[in-house]
Amino acid sequence: MTAPISDDQTLYFRIERLYARYIRAIDDDRLEAWPDFFADTCLYKIISAENHDQGLPLGIIHADSRAMLHDRVSSIRRANIFEDHRYKHFVSGIEVHGLEAGVATVVANYQAIRIDIRGNAVLFSVGRYQDRIAIDRDPPVFLEKLVIFDNERVDTLLAIPL
Amino acid sequence: MDAKSDTASDVRFPGKGLSEIPYDLYTDEALYKQELKRIYRGPVWNYLCLACEIPEPGDYRTTFVGETPVIVTRDRNGDIHAMENRCAHRGALVCLKKRGNEKLLTCVYHSWTYKLDGSLHGVAFERGVGGQGGLAPGFDKSAHGLRRLRITVFCGLIFGTYSEATPDFETYVGPEIASHMRSILGKPLRYLGRNVQVLPNNWKIYNENLRDSYHASLLHTFFNTFKLNRLSQDGGIVIGAGGGNHISYGKSKTGYDHPDYQADGIHSLKDMQLQDPTLLDTVDESGEGMTTRILSVFPSLGLQCHYNSIAIRQVLPKGVSETELVWSHVGYADDDPAMQARRLKQSNLVGPAGYISMEDGCIGGFVQKAIQGVTGEVGIVPMGGEGVESSKARATEVSIRGFWQAYRAAMDM
Repeated sequence: MTAPISDDQTLYFRIERLYARYIRAIDDDRLEAWPDFFADTCLYKIISAENHDQGLPLGIIHADSRAMLHDRVSSIRRANIFEDHRYKHFVSGIEVHGLEAGVATVVANYQAIRIDIRGNAVLFSVGRYQDRIAIDRDPPVFLEKLVIFDNERVDTLLAIPL
Repeated sequence: MDAKSDTASDVRFPGKGLSEIPYDLYTDEALYKQELKRIYRGPVWNYLCLACEIPEPGDYRTTFVGETPVIVTRDRNGDIHAMENRCAHRGALVCLKKRGNEKLLTCVYHSWTYKLDGSLHGVAFERGVGGQGGLAPGFDKSAHGLRRLRITVFCGLIFGTYSEATPDFETYVGPEIASHMRSILGKPLRYLGRNVQVLPNNWKIYNENLRDSYHASLLHTFFNTFKLNRLSQDGGIVIGAGGGNHISYGKSKTGYDHPDYQADGIHSLKDMQLQDPTLLDTVDESGEGMTTRILSVFPSLGLQCHYNSIAIRQVLPKGVSETELVWSHVGYADDDPAMQARRLKQSNLVGPAGYISMEDGCIGGFVQKAIQGVTGEVGIVPMGGEGVESSKARATEVSIRGFWQAYRAAMDM
């Protein structure tokens, strides 16, 4: 990990706001708004740290356009079958590792607690976001979002994005 | 020893037929222990890993046979070996990491070392210290290696067995299943990575699901909606040797407007279209228009080729009501970047978040939850008759009956 390069408080504030709105949209079940956090051409990938650290490309969700994110939401809403559940996300340790031509390279830790219909809350996923953010847009949008999860064993299934 | 002396379980099938499946089979602890012994340590080929995961001399990878930890290695001559990951001295794990590259395998407890073929190489303080202690003069190091498994490599897949009675792999699966495996995996492979999914159900429920061609278009509605796979498509099922091995295949460009789907009111969404149809931008590598192929090898392997997404599914029991499913995705070594990108994009179809597989993560749990506290009752698999024979129809449960045929033979039940 490289050291953070920016201590610009406004920059950090804007990025923190982006993460807050992002996780709130997912946790409040406003999935239709989720693709809007991304640029038209983007990369959204959920990948195990195991694969990522070995340089292996396989993820569990791999989308290279905002249209694919819309398709993911349509499928979750209307095709896929699973027990109702929701998450509470917690994002911390945000660091800006690069800032060039209006694009911030950002790393942050996340965890997602999954709450099921029987009333259990379990730590479902923990890892880091490794993102490229178009900070010159208002509001900023993700050009690339890698969700790199440390707990390789995915419990039951992953339907709702992280 | 009496072959039945380990029989603590009183679970029985109601008769000789294969269509009635007692729910107790999925919940009985004593039966589970018996399965680990009779099936996983019996005359079966257990899938271990891909040869392309350990390409270099000294490479190793750890996995399991049943619940037993196993190491798979490639030695300096390029030969592959499999052995239990348990020191012959005091029983500690020898390899602690999932993978690595070593000249020797060293147990951290007392520094006993093993060659890559599992034979005992060195014993710390073998001659004692200061002339005292150490191994007794008659100690035979050659008799204290790691416990080895017989292995076979077929189409780049490594299998292991504990039994000398397990026939050669092609005899074990039968010629048709072997031929389909060659058709999918018959070129040098490139490993793309793996995903691990924890299923809240007994390992046999997933094995049944893998062989259940009937459920695909009913539970996995993504198939229906985008006309990916319907039972009215051209396709069929081939049952391999012993019943426990099968392939189900379909061709997507055919038969999707069959009136039986309209008549039965099967859940589908006519107005739903992909905004990004590149997901299904497919190259017909089979040359026969096959877009979905699911193959199983008793008791631990699934192989799937959906469009251009190729994955091996390793089914690992983790107790009577938990199963680990390890998805290893591959392409071919000569894939160009566009083909690799296509395979990765189509990997969205399968795995823990797969458009057409995520339901399988929870459906077994729905069964496992529903049968708690129930004894003496059975589930039924009546679709397609009572037999175990290859079929053009896929609205059938023939492959599930085949699984139970192999299971009952292995368990002597």
